[in-house]
Amino acid sequence: MYKFYEILTGPGLWIAFIVFIGGLILRLTYLFALSREKDKVFYNHMSLSWGLRSIGHWLIPLGSASMRNQPVFGLVFYVFHICLLGVPIFLCAHNVLWDEAFGISLWSMPDKWADVLTVVFMGTVVFLFIRRLARPEVRILTSFWDYFLLVLTLLPFLTGFLAYHQWGPYEIVLILHIFSAEILLIVIPFSKLGHVILFFFTRAFIGFEMGGRRKARAW
Amino acid sequence: MPENSNHISEQPVNVEKIKQILDVNNGARVRTWLNICASCGLCAESCFFYLAKDKDPKVSPAYKFKTTLGEMYKKKGNVDREFLKKCYDILWGECTTCKRCSMYCPFGIDIATMISTARTVCWSQGVFPEGLARTLTNYRETGNQMGTSKEDFIETCEWMAEEFEDEIKGITIPIDRPGAKYMYTVNPREPVYYPQDLGMAAQIFTVAGEDWTMPSSGWDCTNLPMFAGDRALAGEVVRRMYDKALELGAEKILITECGHAYRSAAFEGPYLAGYPDGKPPIEIVHSVQLLYQYLRDGRISIDPDKRIEEPVTYQDPCNVSRNGGLWEEGRKIIEYLAKDFRDMSPNREHNHCCGGGGGFIPMGSEFKSRRMVSGKIKAEQIKATGAKIVITPCHNCFDQITDLNEEYDLGVKVSSLKEIICEQMIIPDHLKPE
Repeated sequence: MYKFYEILTGPGLWIAFIVFIGGLILRLTYLFALSREKDKVFYNHMSLSWGLRSIGHWLIPLGSASMRNQPVFGLVFYVFHICLLGVPIFLCAHNVLWDEAFGISLWSMPDKWADVLTVVFMGTVVFLFIRRLARPEVRILTSFWDYFLLVLTLLPFLTGFLAYHQWGPYEIVLILHIFSAEILLIVIPFSKLGHVILFFFTRAFIGFEMGGRRKARAW
Repeated sequence: MPENSNHISEQPVNVEKIKQILDVNNGARVRTWLNICASCGLCAESCFFYLAKDKDPKVSPAYKFKTTLGEMYKKKGNVDREFLKKCYDILWGECTTCKRCSMYCPFGIDIATMISTARTVCWSQGVFPEGLARTLTNYRETGNQMGTSKEDFIETCEWMAEEFEDEIKGITIPIDRPGAKYMYTVNPREPVYYPQDLGMAAQIFTVAGEDWTMPSSGWDCTNLPMFAGDRALAGEVVRRMYDKALELGAEKILITECGHAYRSAAFEGPYLAGYPDGKPPIEIVHSVQLLYQYLRDGRISIDPDKRIEEPVTYQDPCNVSRNGGLWEEGRKIIEYLAKDFRDMSPNREHNHCCGGGGGFIPMGSEFKSRRMVSGKIKAEQIKATGAKIVITPCHNCFDQITDLNEEYDLGVKVSSLKEIICEQMIIPDHLKPE
């Protein structure tokens, strides 16, 4: 068991981060090269201010008319993303690991907060899962893969939560925690979760397209 | 299923041709859009078709692009005629490419562009509405969608100038005058069915002392091949207009009160006509811009006693407001013309399509009943304002709302801006006939 843990926290972690970052760079490079040939329209109407405004209105809570149409979903969706990014990055236990390995660490939040935010996060996942099932216009678009990715996103949080409270078989839970997080990192660049970075490009594009070209807002 | 559209050819599908179209369009944007859609469903409620069809999930924008262009890519172009017929129903019967959904998508996925690409695929296999097919022949043969001859067009212009001589001294409709500031282009519907529209424009330009001309060719600014999916012809149509303006040495091209003509001339046309920078070779001005300038600068004055007392609302044409950025001009013009203005909700760039855009009106009777169903949202919007007059600077909106007026018993009068300005403007003394 310990050997497994060692692999996951040693080479496993390296592989996960390299694939995650390398995969995103690869995907971006590929799309960039392709766009120079086939998406001239992206570059022809570039406008920094319209691009940033188009992105910005989707980064602030209920910043777009679309979000305001479904305010509950809009807020849940917002909290989901904040927790998804914030908890792992600012978790004390993670920062201790960074510190031990590289001597660097970020500010970390009190464990109590992380605990509450994890519960909140799991709540938002349940909400999103039920929303997918309950709303016909979402259900019809949802494939098995969408449910799978949502569960995959939940797993590191669920197992992290259990491990922190030492509920269940600690070692297995911890291994599952690291394993699921590594799989998630590896999947991101090659799936629709690539929106972690591609969002900025697609949103900027519609900003250029509507604003840079037509002086019209797109949010 | 449009059984009666007999032009839909029953030939075997040319997969190579489809592959070629898909390949040309398979850029970074399309790949990204097709891949990252999170299936969140937020686009659904932005779509008036979805709302009008009692929230049928199969009418949500994401479902529409996934089951058409998405499938085409998934199958690498290996589709059969049955599939294309299904697409036909969705691409022309359930979308007007109004682009509202891309504003409501977290990723800004440009669904209208994907629907247009899918239309091109269908068109390449002869699968597209017959109403549009008829106009394509006309464009090809005569340069305009209604097949009007050059002689007829010029004669109509002369007739209209004569018609209004009694009202405005020295009124003319100059043809092919070189070096004019504005080359005025129109929708063939004007010379053919509503020639007084040309007369009204001439009255306004004469009173404003405008330096303008109409071209004897390239005067049709509409672009239905753009909606039919025939990109080559769409490019040719818009190029004729650009070339004529360049030949005449006009400073700008002025577009009549028509929505999609502005979209074509100013935004999509340059790409269709092969201008790699995507910018038209000559400045494009929409009527709402110029008419507003006339009123603002006092080149046209309104008789205060003639201002409309009845409640008035404004229909934002998608291709003037959302897709043109010109939503304030029309409202500012109405401030001069009417005392009781009541905006629709939602409005401006968020306004719903009237249900007649994207080629819907010229698609003819086969689509009329669908137009009336999907126009429900617009009818409700208008009703809620309590307005008696709906002003819109777009021929498609005009026709659609005229039909909705009857269908939903709205009790409104539909009008263009020109018409009301003509009724209310003060004719300066030196232009009054003796």
